[in-house]
Amino acid sequence: MATTNRKKSRSNRSLIGLGIIIVAIFGSIFAGTQLSDAAWTPKLALDLEGGTQIILRPVTLNNEKVTSQDIDQAIAIIRQRVDSSGVSEAEITSQGGTNIVVALPGTPSQETLDLVRESAQMQFRPVLYFGSGAGTDPIATAEPTTGAGPTVDPTPAPTDAATTPPVATNPSDFAQVTPELQAEFAALNCADPANLTGGGTKDPTTPIVACADDGAMKYILGPMELAGSDIASASSGLQTNSQGVQLSTWAVSIKFTGEGTKKFAETTTRLSKLPSYEMWLATQPPTQAPNMFAMVLDNLVISAPGVDLIIADGRAEITGNFTRESATNLANQLNFGALPLTFEVQSESQISATLGSEQLEKGLLAGVIGLLLVVLYSLVQYRALGLVTVASLGIAGLITYGVITLLSWTQGYRLSLPGVAGLIVAIGITADSFIVYFERIRDELRDGRSLTSAVDTGWDRARRTILASDGVNFLAAIVLYFLAVGGVRGFAFTLGLTTIVDVLVVFLFTHPIMKLLAKTKFFGDGHPASGLDPHRLGATSVRYGGRGRVVRVDAEPSGQATKDVQSAAGTKPGKGAKELVGASARTSGPATDGAASGMTIAERRAARALAEKKSEKDSDSPHDDAAPDDDAAPDAASDENKDGKL
Amino acid sequence: MAVGFAQWGNDLHTGRKSYNIVGQRRKFYLVSIVLSVVFIVLLFKPGFNLGIEFRGGSEFTVSGVTTQSQQLAEEAVASVAPDEVPRVSSVGSNAVRVQTAQLTADQVTAVRDALMKSFDVGEDKVTSSFVGPSWGKDVSQKAITGLVVFLILVGLVMTAYFRAWRMAVAALIALFHDLIITAGVYALIGWEVTPATVIGFLTILGYSIYDTVVVFDKVRENTDGVLAQTRSTYAERANLAVNQTLVRSINTSVVALLPVASILFIGAFILGAGTLRDISLALFVGMAVGTYSSIFLATPLEVTLRYREPAIKAHATKVLAARAKAASGAVDGESVGETSSLAFTGALKPGSHQGNAAQPRKRKGTK
Repeated sequence: MATTNRKKSRSNRSLIGLGIIIVAIFGSIFAGTQLSDAAWTPKLALDLEGGTQIILRPVTLNNEKVTSQDIDQAIAIIRQRVDSSGVSEAEITSQGGTNIVVALPGTPSQETLDLVRESAQMQFRPVLYFGSGAGTDPIATAEPTTGAGPTVDPTPAPTDAATTPPVATNPSDFAQVTPELQAEFAALNCADPANLTGGGTKDPTTPIVACADDGAMKYILGPMELAGSDIASASSGLQTNSQGVQLSTWAVSIKFTGEGTKKFAETTTRLSKLPSYEMWLATQPPTQAPNMFAMVLDNLVISAPGVDLIIADGRAEITGNFTRESATNLANQLNFGALPLTFEVQSESQISATLGSEQLEKGLLAGVIGLLLVVLYSLVQYRALGLVTVASLGIAGLITYGVITLLSWTQGYRLSLPGVAGLIVAIGITADSFIVYFERIRDELRDGRSLTSAVDTGWDRARRTILASDGVNFLAAIVLYFLAVGGVRGFAFTLGLTTIVDVLVVFLFTHPIMKLLAKTKFFGDGHPASGLDPHRLGATSVRYGGRGRVVRVDAEPSGQATKDVQSAAGTKPGKGAKELVGASARTSGPATDGAASGMTIAERRAARALAEKKSEKDSDSPHDDAAPDDDAAPDAASDENKDGKL
Repeated sequence: MAVGFAQWGNDLHTGRKSYNIVGQRRKFYLVSIVLSVVFIVLLFKPGFNLGIEFRGGSEFTVSGVTTQSQQLAEEAVASVAPDEVPRVSSVGSNAVRVQTAQLTADQVTAVRDALMKSFDVGEDKVTSSFVGPSWGKDVSQKAITGLVVFLILVGLVMTAYFRAWRMAVAALIALFHDLIITAGVYALIGWEVTPATVIGFLTILGYSIYDTVVVFDKVRENTDGVLAQTRSTYAERANLAVNQTLVRSINTSVVALLPVASILFIGAFILGAGTLRDISLALFVGMAVGTYSSIFLATPLEVTLRYREPAIKAHATKVLAARAKAASGAVDGESVGETSSLAFTGALKPGSHQGNAAQPRKRKGTK
């Protein structure tokens, strides 16, 4: 058991820890304002600040009619893309059944705009010919650029494969590399950034010339074999080897749809018979295509792995020189690349906020009024203790503001009006933690404990309740954040944030402050204005004061009682020593109540003490909780007995 | 008032005053069932008035304007459809976008004419089209998936924490009760349902569970070891928990409702229709109902469900039988402690020696 001194220093340590957290939050914002584009106020969402509106017209590759289903799918994918770049609460609608309107808050970065506009037509094409991105002589400079090319490994060992399609119409047929394509290939300079913007659509049935997305390589590619829509899902993770041991290299796993699996099996069957990267480089001039296929997004090759084995189960793993970031990025692109459409940007313009500034002002005014009412109520209910509530709410507000500002800089979080309302509502949920805690302390005081011990015992019990209920709230936030999209995601974010701040403040501020306050004369002696006055709380029992002394808090608030309490507080009894013993009244009293079956020894003693006191004083002061006297018997009790349903 | 309230709190804690909420649970069930049925009916008739974000609507773009006043556009729409609350925003530097709920063909023409006149532009400068919902099916779908997963997880977490799946069931039933009533009140008032409303509903979901967990935690604490004694039944201990958390529930709901009420007041009476009004109404009703249901529905329901466990049922029968016997037998004056089962608030288990560590320490060195 910790001594009092250690406990005190622990309180101080908590407060210092909280101070460090606050300083760290605002320090990083300050650093952000100096070194980057951070601001001291959080960014606002579309409804409060306005933003950029982009109208997109979807175009299919073969001039098919765009169905409303396509539009819905496209909206879902665009929303996913925008959400993956942060909690920005973009608004995406269809217009007139043919266009898609994307409204992004504030001035979105070029990156975000690209995410929305990117045509993202994913294609798998066989590689016919490749070379270094900038050089004119492909063979001479190809080798050093990427080192060993990435390879595709089938996840489990493949079994017998589908039959090879007729060679005559083979997409890997080297005869497709015509002199015109050769010339086009030679002219293409992938070191020029202008050639790396992608865009445009090319016929999926004819061979094309394309750059790698980093400009290091260029390729001649055969006709499309699989489209992005053939991918069921893609994910990134650490590679596992055949023994199931996790390696430290990153890989992207692809799962194809049923149709895609069939097509991919055919492709790999053919490709696996072609020469590998090194062999292809060694045979000059090449007479056939290498065993590589290229994943082409937006007419740029994002990866061109070689195929050594036939993959028939529709699962492939792309390995190579991935970092965590590039692997995640590729998986995202593969996931999103399934969009069956490309987009033309029709217009891009600034739009103003849909809600007037009046709404925000009045909303904040309402929040201030509400807060004042809360302060007033806590002061009436808890007197000086109410100030602890107010200070805790203040600290919680400060941290929340800091974190939101910080996240709006780093994560692109934006505050919408529902978000503001949510924060105002969080006042109530945060204040509840303090109320639960204070009520517990009061309960312990009512049971006759001294304040220092009531704070300890009350905290032990309140902590459990606070953690359980906040845990449930946090669970809601996590689940909704990861599963929902759009505005719900924003809401979940706010909820999770305020819950964490609540726990932080209760643990690092309210409780340590209570422990420190319990040692002050004002609170510790139970001053009537402290909100912890034992008399007002009806504490009437006797209490072991330590060192063989017993303290009685009498119903009449005499100076004597206060002195007793004070002396008890002076001894600062340890935590476990506050069991009510009723030792003062033990001397006399007939042992008549042995019949009271089920009573604990302490209860029997307390009841005896009560009986004795009653006979002595014949006073009306009702006593121990275990044995209420006649006039204190609740009306509801008789009611209950009759009811009998319990 | 505060003194009276504090005294009341003391009495509730010591059991001097006690409300038999669990004992009269049938009455409260009846109230909840009637309310739920009424509000379910209200959900279908009149039903929700879904906003443009859910149903899509009409959009007008006025280009080549000299002023981008939102006021002008609002007046133009109001002259045709007075109940409509348009969303007006300026686009670029010389255009205004006006979105309304879906209008009839006649109304669309009328609004176009009104906008033309207000902004003093030619007919070719005003275009109208239909806009799809920004809160489309996919958003709702994902939100619902999230909700279902959340409810399942909450059920599991509560079962693990309280070690009783019946507690989780009671909490979830109370949660649906709160949602139905809140949504029903919203449908009754007939305000437009916007994403802000939905977010309000979601907040209630969290709040309702939160509040129930706080009350149930006290129930758990009070009923710990209830089967090992014969003084009180499970129901009595649960009822004591409700009474002892009553002050907390009142304080919390007042503190939570004060800011919401002030937003609702300002939203409804000063700002009129809009995000603040929508979200605060949903929250106000939901929080009030959530507090009510934690006390008057969730806990009694939990007791009813727990009484289906043979051990607890048998225990209650045993306790009541023993009590009846004691009442008919000994009429000694000193057994006052037994007269009221509701008034007993002491610990169920006798204390035990805590060992030397629990003794107060004599500090080295004087202070």
